[in-house]
Amino acid sequence: MKSFEYARAETRLDATTDARNGAAIIAGGTNLLDLMKLEVMTPQSIVDINRLDLGTIDVTEEGGLRIGALVTNSDLAGHSTVKRDYEVLSRALLAGASAQLRNKATTGGNLLQRTRCGYFYDTAMPCNKRAPGTGCQAKEGFNRSLAVLGTSEHCIASHPSDMAVAMMALNAIVEVEGHDGTSRQIALNDLYCLPGTTPDIETTLQPGDLITAVRLPKPVEASQIYRKVRDRSSYAFALVSIAALVKVEDGKISTAALAFGGLAPKPWRNSEIEAELMGKAPSNALFDRAADILLTDAQGYGENDFKIPLARRTLKAVLSTLTEVSQ
Amino acid sequence: MTAHLKMNESQPPVLDEMAQGVIGTPTPRRDGPLKVTGQATYAAEVGDGTEAVGMLVRATIAKGRVTSIDETATLALPGVLTIITDERMLRNPAQGGANEAPVQGPRDVAYFGQPIALVVAETFEHARHAAQNISVTYEILPDAITDFLDGDAPIERPAAKQIEQGDIESAMRDAAFSVDATYTTPSQNSAAMEPHASIAWWDGEKVTLHSSLQMLKFNRNELADSLGIDPENVRVLAPYVGGGFGSKLGLAPEAVAAALAAKELGRPVRVVMTRPQVFETTMRRSATHQRLRLAANEQGELTAIGHDALVSNLPGEAFSEPVALATHFLYAGKNRSYSHQIARVNLTCAGSMRAPGEAVGMLALENAMDELAHDAGIDPVELRLRNIPEDHPEKDKKFSSHCLADCLTTGAKRFGWEKRNPTPGAVREGEWLIGVGMSSAARGNILHEAKARVILHSDATVSVETDMTDIGTGTYTILAQIAGEMLGLPLDRIEVKLGDTDFPPAAGSGGSWGAGSTGSAVFLACQTLRSEIADLLGTDPAELTIKDGSIISGNVQHELAQLLTRDLSAIGHIEPGKTSDEVEQATFGAHFAEVAVNAVTGETRVRRMLGVFSAGRILNMQTARSQCHGGMIFGIGSALTEELVHDLRDGHIVNHNLAEYHVPVNLDVPQIDAVFLEERDSWANPMQSKGVGELGISGAGAAITNAIFNATGVRVRDYPATLDKVLKGLPEM
Repeated sequence: MKSFEYARAETRLDATTDARNGAAIIAGGTNLLDLMKLEVMTPQSIVDINRLDLGTIDVTEEGGLRIGALVTNSDLAGHSTVKRDYEVLSRALLAGASAQLRNKATTGGNLLQRTRCGYFYDTAMPCNKRAPGTGCQAKEGFNRSLAVLGTSEHCIASHPSDMAVAMMALNAIVEVEGHDGTSRQIALNDLYCLPGTTPDIETTLQPGDLITAVRLPKPVEASQIYRKVRDRSSYAFALVSIAALVKVEDGKISTAALAFGGLAPKPWRNSEIEAELMGKAPSNALFDRAADILLTDAQGYGENDFKIPLARRTLKAVLSTLTEVSQ
Repeated sequence: MTAHLKMNESQPPVLDEMAQGVIGTPTPRRDGPLKVTGQATYAAEVGDGTEAVGMLVRATIAKGRVTSIDETATLALPGVLTIITDERMLRNPAQGGANEAPVQGPRDVAYFGQPIALVVAETFEHARHAAQNISVTYEILPDAITDFLDGDAPIERPAAKQIEQGDIESAMRDAAFSVDATYTTPSQNSAAMEPHASIAWWDGEKVTLHSSLQMLKFNRNELADSLGIDPENVRVLAPYVGGGFGSKLGLAPEAVAAALAAKELGRPVRVVMTRPQVFETTMRRSATHQRLRLAANEQGELTAIGHDALVSNLPGEAFSEPVALATHFLYAGKNRSYSHQIARVNLTCAGSMRAPGEAVGMLALENAMDELAHDAGIDPVELRLRNIPEDHPEKDKKFSSHCLADCLTTGAKRFGWEKRNPTPGAVREGEWLIGVGMSSAARGNILHEAKARVILHSDATVSVETDMTDIGTGTYTILAQIAGEMLGLPLDRIEVKLGDTDFPPAAGSGGSWGAGSTGSAVFLACQTLRSEIADLLGTDPAELTIKDGSIISGNVQHELAQLLTRDLSAIGHIEPGKTSDEVEQATFGAHFAEVAVNAVTGETRVRRMLGVFSAGRILNMQTARSQCHGGMIFGIGSALTEELVHDLRDGHIVNHNLAEYHVPVNLDVPQIDAVFLEERDSWANPMQSKGVGELGISGAGAAITNAIFNATGVRVRDYPATLDKVLKGLPEM
């Protein structure tokens, strides 16, 4: 681990000022500290935001929820309103990591966790995300867990979060405070960038930005599922995961919100799938069309080819369950 | 006084005559409370804070030579004290029982991740930072071989392992039913919870190494030979070991590096491996490529068995995964054919990992037996029962004891095997396809020379002393049980001291021989002490009944504590003899598993497992059961998740952490039942016990993949059976 300066932020301004000057913001540290020990990340300084007042969950004026950036994954998963109205989120959180990690990991930090690509983690390997311009070893290497959607020739890393997938399906909005003290709101889908030619740039956050909260809109009336497919029953990242909210009225789909994990460099959402489903009578053929839309541009890299049929099958099973169509 | 026994003949069941009633009794591990309360001190925790801390530097090429290391820049980094590049540093870890220095010389690089230097600093963080950033230049040799299946890999064929008996080709041609299939298993790592760690300090010419090791009497000589000093000047301590599974049989690179650095700096030096280093620089289990041929007549009686194995290791390493060990003796069949090839590769050293041979060989053999049963329309249990040999099928030898048939029938009954639907894919519960599978278990039994001292103190308490290790298996506890049974004392009167080469040398923990070998040494010492007690009473030891410290002899009661006027001490010394050669000694068992395979995703979840085992006298039913549970859980990992992934471009291990190298987690482990049959093996040792540590894994994974076949009709021959391999054969949606 490289030596670093440590500062504790007493105010949000402390945090954003330090961050603007290059400090890495640390909350739970469950990912950052690992990466620092391996020197995948080598910040000169870190600013600890754990003392900031960002740890509450409040009902918003619109009837939604405002989740403070420091709310832990455990607390969020166990929150009674979340369990009742945003079940998909609670399920996603509990499908992630281990109990110990969830006790420490925070809402803001979870959104910003880095890929689990083995080449990113090993500093002896070229990696465009860690060391821009050095190349991507994963494309022709061990890429079983990596992305099949939204990749570029420079990077095929996948995003590891479960929580963010559920939040994506819930149309979450990220509250960000800039170094100048102004607050702004970013749709979660717009927080993340695709790798393109700059896989080292993962979000649209600017230097000095601090995530202060995540806002969930008023709950929608729909059946909710978070389905995670993985190699072992617990403590494994998703090969494919789906967060889905679907409602059927008078035999037709009246609500559909779907987001996908394990498939892309970001929690993946494709509004065309939902447009296809809306207003239609659920059927196996319809679900196949939804999968076609999801996977039109999917590209496997050898080891991860199986994700494409796996995503199709999982999507069809999720939609069948939510609409009670038998396969 | 030394009591010596060479096992040249079968031994009477003396322990059955004893009165204390502690042998065999389910007894919790005495080190358990120390471990869960943090009072058991592991190697990385030893020290008073004055130690310097070393970090190994890894090679980042597959093959070549270190031409220079920029020591000046590294020494200028904060906290750095020195850089060790001594030619005595280990390139490879020592194989189990090496008893001499393994391959040394860190400058020649034979695999990616090999230690090439040690950076020593004031703190762990300083050392790690410096090791991470040290600038190394290499001369890269272009002919590295990283794929053992690549035709370019140099192949060795040891003559003794190419065996032809009869004519397998004709037998295959004439068979009513036959299987000719290829199976592969990947590299694995023991992934013991405690990483490899050492702290070394010198007192003049004498070095003490506190480390995490399994076989101290060999490790002492390995360290002495590596350093070029007299073994008399080496003391090795390993009182607590957080799991080994073979990866700590021999000295690992951090130990010698710590000793060299401590000598140079004149202060203690601690070297702890990071988890990625454990994966890269300690023993891996070789990947294997296995061809199985089975031929059977109409009745399902085997007429031929062929087992051809290709494994890998670094050039020059003596160990090669002994894939066909169990195949030689498990089933009858006149025509037998074996080949064994070793591909020389530039990958992390291959060595012993829990049940070397059986653990991977039986995945293939028992999978193939399932294929034969299916093709022949014979129940898999019945097929095995029809092929149990009377005597060793390849040598003129009797079995010392043989309970496979009993294990199979008892297991089938307990499991409810008769409810099995033999048609694959026929049982479904919602999204889940349900199946059951089984396999035999077998593992050779081994006795090694061992010594132990037992002191019967005048207050009728006992001290047992040996350099034996307890790697989480229960050694502390069972040695107390043996001494307690023999000397008629409750366990709280018995102290067991292990893991110190100042004590009499034992056999170490490995090959499932630890309990039988070291336990026999304790037994023999206690037998001598019983004779001395009998002498004090002027009677024959056979006349003594001792329980809870009270002696009944000729209808007279004496108290041991009053009888003794001084400490009595004896050393027990067991040696293998003719019984190791004249009879075939093995343990047997039968595994049964029920799995649910998700018809959508191919995810397999094991729903229940049963193992029925025979392993001679069971010394402690609780720790034996735990050992078999552990082995069966290893079997779940082998069947479903564990794979050490090498990037074939440079051989480096891609998934060198516990997040990506998937050992089973609690949720993967269902209700597991391990049952032992009552058995005594008088040829094994004077306690009639046999090893259990590796029996539980042998065959376990095959029962699971066979259950996947029964659930889905998908035959996975390429372990582990991850969902992508199952997915291909699932019904369309």
